[in-house]
Amino acid sequence: MALLEVDDLVVDIATPNGTLHAVRKISFSVERGETLAIVGESGSGKSLTSLALMDLLPRRAVRSAARLRFDGIDLLGIREPQMRKLRGNRMAMIFQEPMTSLNPAYTIGNQLIEALRCHEAVSEAAARDRALQLLDKVGITNAASRLRQYPHQLSGGLRQRVMIAMALMCSPDLIIADEPTTALDVTIQAQILRLLADLKSEFGMAMILISHDLGVVARVADKVAVLYAGDVVESGAARPVFKAPLHPYTRGLLSCIPIPGRTAPGAPLGAIPGQLPNLIGPQHGCAFRARCAFAMAECEAEIPLVHPEPQHDVRCIRLPALEAMA
Amino acid sequence: MSDIALELRNVTRTFEISQGMFRPKATLTAVADVSLQVKRGEVYALVGESGSGKSTLAKMLLGLLPPTSGEILIDGVPISSTNRVAVARRIQPIFQDPYSSLNPRKSIGQLIALPLVVHGIGDRASRRAKVIEMLDLVGLPKRMLDATPGQLSGGQRQRVAIARALVMRPEVVICDEPTSALDVSVQAQILNLLLELKRELGLTYFFISHNLAVVEHLANRVAVMYLGRLVEQRSRAGLFAAPRHPYTRALLESVLTPDPDLGVPDTGIGAIAPNPLADHPGCPFTPRCPAAIDICQTTFPLTRALPDGWAACHLVQPQELQLS
Repeated sequence: MALLEVDDLVVDIATPNGTLHAVRKISFSVERGETLAIVGESGSGKSLTSLALMDLLPRRAVRSAARLRFDGIDLLGIREPQMRKLRGNRMAMIFQEPMTSLNPAYTIGNQLIEALRCHEAVSEAAARDRALQLLDKVGITNAASRLRQYPHQLSGGLRQRVMIAMALMCSPDLIIADEPTTALDVTIQAQILRLLADLKSEFGMAMILISHDLGVVARVADKVAVLYAGDVVESGAARPVFKAPLHPYTRGLLSCIPIPGRTAPGAPLGAIPGQLPNLIGPQHGCAFRARCAFAMAECEAEIPLVHPEPQHDVRCIRLPALEAMA
Repeated sequence: MSDIALELRNVTRTFEISQGMFRPKATLTAVADVSLQVKRGEVYALVGESGSGKSTLAKMLLGLLPPTSGEILIDGVPISSTNRVAVARRIQPIFQDPYSSLNPRKSIGQLIALPLVVHGIGDRASRRAKVIEMLDLVGLPKRMLDATPGQLSGGQRQRVAIARALVMRPEVVICDEPTSALDVSVQAQILNLLLELKRELGLTYFFISHNLAVVEHLANRVAVMYLGRLVEQRSRAGLFAAPRHPYTRALLESVLTPDPDLGVPDTGIGAIAPNPLADHPGCPFTPRCPAAIDICQTTFPLTRALPDGWAACHLVQPQELQLS
């Protein structure tokens, strides 16, 4: 049984103009020790998906699903006090912007120690030892003096490391990292990603990595789900998805980034014309059809999920035409 | 007109930083002794991480911040002897965030026409004609004239910012991270547009970025900045094929291409955040440098000439200079 099973997850947001269907019946699963990356551009619903898993959605957003199970626990059926016992304990989250998720009024030490002591009956000294050990693990030198510092006294890279250490305080089974390195410099990004990979193999953690950066995803993920306008258009093991992408959107995205050695300098980059569709009101058919060069009348109907090869699913009815082109 | 569109001669900018009420002010050197020449019609890229001084440099180029010492010349004429309005005719900026660089209360037409109004160019009708011409040039429909920035997507806003920068037909455009706030599909469109406009209008770009894949795609020459100093300047091909400064090497290794067969690279440079207030005589990269030797601690390296540029590192051997 997978650690996390998600079937037909829906997030609807009430707006004055009608219901915005931000996440539309997406399904995925994560095994222990596995990294699933959810890739998408802004407005794809990737951050709402992560908040929905943690039951941290804003009030106007409503979550529903056919199934939402974490280690056999039905997350749809439990109440907030029980959810609170899981959240931060067995399911932890790393947010994109460390400055907004650390409390500026408390020291790093206070916050790390509290993260553990609100879930486990351990002494302050034991919690402090664990904090020191984890700060050391995430590559923070001079950990003891860092515990006495406030978030504003640390650089962005260090704060992000503190966030990771805090997420690890309770040895979670699942860590959800929402753009964990987007705000960081590239040299620091590489170090943080290596650290996450090391910790994953050391503790057997599962990870859901939410990112828009195809480079990061390709290097870190075991499995990938490509999200477009609230729907998973393509998913599977990282290798086939990146080596032989099938959905026109995935192909378009990969053609948009200059790849040294493959893209001729100065040559026009691929482009995806048009914009995200309006997700307010009833939705039908392929959400990408208005921007797709292969779209035809049938794309307005319900699109079935097809399995062209093992560990590779895609929601597109135009694959034969796409293959004929390749 | 000289061949050099823009030149910096030993430009330094320092800031006085308060350290608390009873402690003396510390001096932060944001840009230290930077000299460079941007040729007419080229894309000169400046890369570096946050805190390296890229944006301070951009502000000085735009005449928004005077250098503490050194000189900036446009077409061989020092900025300091020209007034700011005249500088603005020749150099225009495109900023990172199209959400904050456009006044939300103004219409797109007003935003693009503003430089013309400020410089007192043309009457209402001719300005309007000019604005419509610019909209067409950056690929926006004419009906957007009366829209406000709030009604536009990020990519469309960045097109407006580009139209506004180009309406004065400047010679040099300072692009300060013009695509880093945009989604990848939009980023590609804006990069294509920038290259197209450069060919069409014969522009010179001073392109500031931390995204090395983008820089490799469009730059002719590249300078690498670390803690206020240029550490390497090379041709695009030379830099990406054989970076010479250890920092440049680490930067290039950190670029993550979407290749699932490769893992995350180990750059070997520590995570010690450099302290910009520290005043040490040696190379500023020494604390993180995997190859540092004794002399790096004490002496700032002179630039070593290379066939296609230079690098400022003690480890770039003189005999390699003879090879060239």
